[in-house]
Amino acid sequence: MPKVSALNMPDVPMGLPSHMELQRTRVSCDKDAPTHTENVQASGAYASVGVDNSLRLDQFRKNFRVTVVRLTEDDMEFDMIGIDPSIANAFRRILISEVPTMAIEKVFIANSTTLVQDEVLAHRLGLIPIKADPRLFEWKDDNKVSNEKNTIVFKLHAKCQRGGPRLTVKSDQLKWLPNGSEFIDEPTTATDSTPATGSTPKTFTNFDHSQASLPEFANNPIVPKHPDIIISKLGPGQEIELEAHAVKGIGKTHAKWSPVSTAWYRMLPEVVLLQDIKDELAEELVKKCPAKVFDIEDLGKGKMKATVARPRSCTLCRECIREENWEERVSLRRVKDHFIFTIESAGQLPPQELFTEAVKILEKKCKGLLDELS
Amino acid sequence: MEHGTKDVKSSTFCLTDEDHTLANAVRFTLNQDPRVDFCGYSIPHPSDAQVNIRVQTTGAHAGEVLKDALQSLTAMCQHVRSTFDGAVEEYQLENPPVESMETEECLPKKR
Repeated sequence: MPKVSALNMPDVPMGLPSHMELQRTRVSCDKDAPTHTENVQASGAYASVGVDNSLRLDQFRKNFRVTVVRLTEDDMEFDMIGIDPSIANAFRRILISEVPTMAIEKVFIANSTTLVQDEVLAHRLGLIPIKADPRLFEWKDDNKVSNEKNTIVFKLHAKCQRGGPRLTVKSDQLKWLPNGSEFIDEPTTATDSTPATGSTPKTFTNFDHSQASLPEFANNPIVPKHPDIIISKLGPGQEIELEAHAVKGIGKTHAKWSPVSTAWYRMLPEVVLLQDIKDELAEELVKKCPAKVFDIEDLGKGKMKATVARPRSCTLCRECIREENWEERVSLRRVKDHFIFTIESAGQLPPQELFTEAVKILEKKCKGLLDELS
Repeated sequence: MEHGTKDVKSSTFCLTDEDHTLANAVRFTLNQDPRVDFCGYSIPHPSDAQVNIRVQTTGAHAGEVLKDALQSLTAMCQHVRSTFDGAVEEYQLENPPVESMETEECLPKKR
């Protein structure tokens, strides 16, 4: 008789036994608590049953899928299937705190007689999302001069006439200055630089040429994303005159640079009817569910059967299994490697570009570390 | 920075300016490598931007194993990016943006 490994015999079932496969791929949401919430990562975890759990890139490539569910100007929802939560979570974390955007960082207040304190006003300005592609700009260090490659300058000048009604200053009054700052930097305040010579007086920025001459901005002026954000309210006789300088930054430093309002994911809910649920029980089940997951299928002759029509809308509230005996009829699970990812962009970049940027940043981190190791 | 280099099989890598984002993802790819005996990461203090990644192998050079893990993570990222871009393109073909449809309708009127 030829020597055959027990694992290669035709009557030995291959792969994980079904109950283990269920534990590996699903979180079961039982009445009292969720179970099997862990993810088995170790390569040899199933070695004793002859299953290799190591990472196979070709297998990952074969199984990984993305389907876009919704895509609008500033939000999107997509399904990411066949990926480990550690990587999905890395993308989410990067989206929130490491994808760069442009935001107002320095505010030069020439005059402000409003009730809003200068620092509060500057903070409010910082939070305004600016519609400018951060990839077209460079990083600015504290000791680097502001130039057309790293700074966007806005001007705000609003005055409420005496005797007139109160004035609301909104974000559309921020005017982009493609030629840079217009405020003169007095020589006394300049630290060590030589006094300005020539015809043009020294300002707070050092623009070589106008940003408006760049092809990217020629027909696409830089403006705040929303024109109707209230910045301040002026009483009669009050005035604001200021200049705001926006620079590139990341959400880790300050939330104003975060390109998303939120970015989150949830695992796909899976609702399984363990037995046929008929007639009165079916009606009861449909009535139980606040998320309207179940439907009734009419079998004719007054017979009815419950079906799972909308498992995606299940919130796993467990109302359907709360009462006695229902846990044997319905099973609530979550698919461990199916992520419903939602990105709400703050407006600087469209959501699909934010995600690709986030993936690129993770790649860059890996490459940076690889370079350091070798 | 690498510590514990007396024995090439086990090392602790100390990464500055990194956090759970990279460390947890690398831990996953490392754990999926059959050569890895043990792998884990820790952040010694939450206010220091620093993580320690511990790699113990069954015989291979720990640094090389970490490099391979990073390479497979990069490859995964590249695949995620191309799949995602493909899915978005497909979605946009099926659901063209509303503005472009309007302009198409407007064009004959202008003529």
